[in-house]
Amino acid sequence: MTVQTPAAPAAPPPSTRRSPDRSTRRSAPLRDVATMSRREARRSIRSVDGIITAFALPVMIMVVFVVIFGGAISGGTGDYIDYVVPGVLVMCLGMNSATAATAVAQDMTSGTIDRFKTLPIFSPSALWGHVVASVVRNLASAVLVVAVALALGFRPDAGPAGWLGFVAFATFAIVTFTWVSAVLGLVMSVDSSQSVTMIFLFVPYLSSGFVPVETMPDWLHGFAENQPFTPIIETVRGLLTGNLETSTLLAACAWLTGFLAVSLVAGSLLYRRRRAR
Amino acid sequence: MKPPMIEIHGLHQSYGRTPVLRGVDLTVRHGEIFALLGPNGAGKTTCVNILTTLLRPDAGTVTVAGADVVREAGTVRRRIALTGQYASVDEFSTGAENLRMMADLAHLPRRAVRHRATELLARFGLTDAAQRKVATYSGGMRRRLDLAISLVGDPDVLVLDEPTTGLDPASRSQLWEVVRGLAADGTTVLLTTQYLEEADRLADTIAVLADGRVAALGSAAELKALVSGEHVRVTFDDARSLAAARDVALAGLAGLDAAETDHRSLALTFPSTEPVRTIRDVLDRTDAGGLAVSGVSVVRPTLDDVFLALTQHPAQPVQPVQPVQETAR
Repeated sequence: MTVQTPAAPAAPPPSTRRSPDRSTRRSAPLRDVATMSRREARRSIRSVDGIITAFALPVMIMVVFVVIFGGAISGGTGDYIDYVVPGVLVMCLGMNSATAATAVAQDMTSGTIDRFKTLPIFSPSALWGHVVASVVRNLASAVLVVAVALALGFRPDAGPAGWLGFVAFATFAIVTFTWVSAVLGLVMSVDSSQSVTMIFLFVPYLSSGFVPVETMPDWLHGFAENQPFTPIIETVRGLLTGNLETSTLLAACAWLTGFLAVSLVAGSLLYRRRRAR
Repeated sequence: MKPPMIEIHGLHQSYGRTPVLRGVDLTVRHGEIFALLGPNGAGKTTCVNILTTLLRPDAGTVTVAGADVVREAGTVRRRIALTGQYASVDEFSTGAENLRMMADLAHLPRRAVRHRATELLARFGLTDAAQRKVATYSGGMRRRLDLAISLVGDPDVLVLDEPTTGLDPASRSQLWEVVRGLAADGTTVLLTTQYLEEADRLADTIAVLADGRVAALGSAAELKALVSGEHVRVTFDDARSLAAARDVALAGLAGLDAAETDHRSLALTFPSTEPVRTIRDVLDRTDAGGLAVSGVSVVRPTLDDVFLALTQHPAQPVQPVQPVQETAR
């Protein structure tokens, strides 16, 4: 009989001297955010779910609205596509940002957060990593969605300034959406954090994004006209069609600034208090 | 002599109305392995969280190499590394990526990042697994990677919160080897554990934490000396012999006043300062009395005895425990 002993990995030889590579710089917030952003990008790219949520789902939603619902809603796909693309775009930016909630919640439940918090780093860098990765992922996804929309017959009137404005405004929205999601991820479990996607999926329906508010029942008008997604979607629509109303833009920016400010403060406070569960 | 690496004075911490730490004082010397031993809920992790700047204490002071954990948290963070109860490695990254990320976060010079990762992977026997995602690692490999990650910034103090919980015996003793090696290199190690064997085998100094206080402090040998020394255990063939021996034949023998009679296993256990001589006396006397002895043994206290005495029966009059004076090594 042969006895097979498990090949135990050799115990590491003790090193006899201190490493010469001790840290040199006291603080490096940009490097910290860059490192955390690379970490998040890696997580996004390697997760099949992440890829589907970021790229396949937005394209499917676009196709569903234009090809399937478009005919019934407007009697012909031609006009409706120009109307609905901004709504779909904003919805996709939101859904895509919402994945930050689950990523943050996962970090909170593993010991990762404790380790990061005991490092001499710029402490919100872990949250900023989510934001930066989210901006990159979202803009890439938006490019794909717009390309699909163009292929389906979307004909925006925007000039270069309009497109530039769209990219700037979209980035602002993504940063805000991601911060809101990240804060929710700080207080929610991994399971419940997945419902954050539903906020960004359903609340936009109750806005002027997909059908005009006038066509909704009366009791919904108040909410639909005054909820943040309406001015946000109208701003995107205005930028892409070239007739943006200043009041709409201001309302959208006010909402986004408010949400961003609250999330930044709440996120920083919660992150400081939060330890792994 | 170097000043202490960690000093804890009068540490208090409550969660809501529940007090968790009720006045903890500890001193950890340079380069020693210090174990915080205690049952669940004794306050071990709370101590660790305060020490590693994750939690602000309600009262008391904690310094690491002279730096206060509240007022000079940044300085403390540069000197300590934490390996928590959960392996805190990114599953979606490879071992090498995890290490490089931590080297970046430790602000190593950029050209040193790759080199440091390679060196640590080799040191912890993970070179072959370096390019594999951590999701494919075994529990022992994750722990080793976790430990390697802690060492990226070359900390002076390594804090290990229950480092071997959930590991198989082979991985456990392997980890102990690693920790010993680190201490031999001059790293101060503070670990928490609920495994007595771990504290016994690894630690230079052990603090037993119970109900938020240090119930005992000293080396493993010193702690064992706290529970009343060695005992002699005599077993008999039958209950009649046991009773006769206790009441007649052995009467007057030193320590017999404190004898415990176990009727189930027919054993008589009593303290003895000279167990060999006591055994000889026991055998002489039982022979003379014609009593049937089936076995004689010397019982030495284990850390389990200390642990149980200190943590399980606080009402029972265990010796009022005084911290044992630290002996210079």
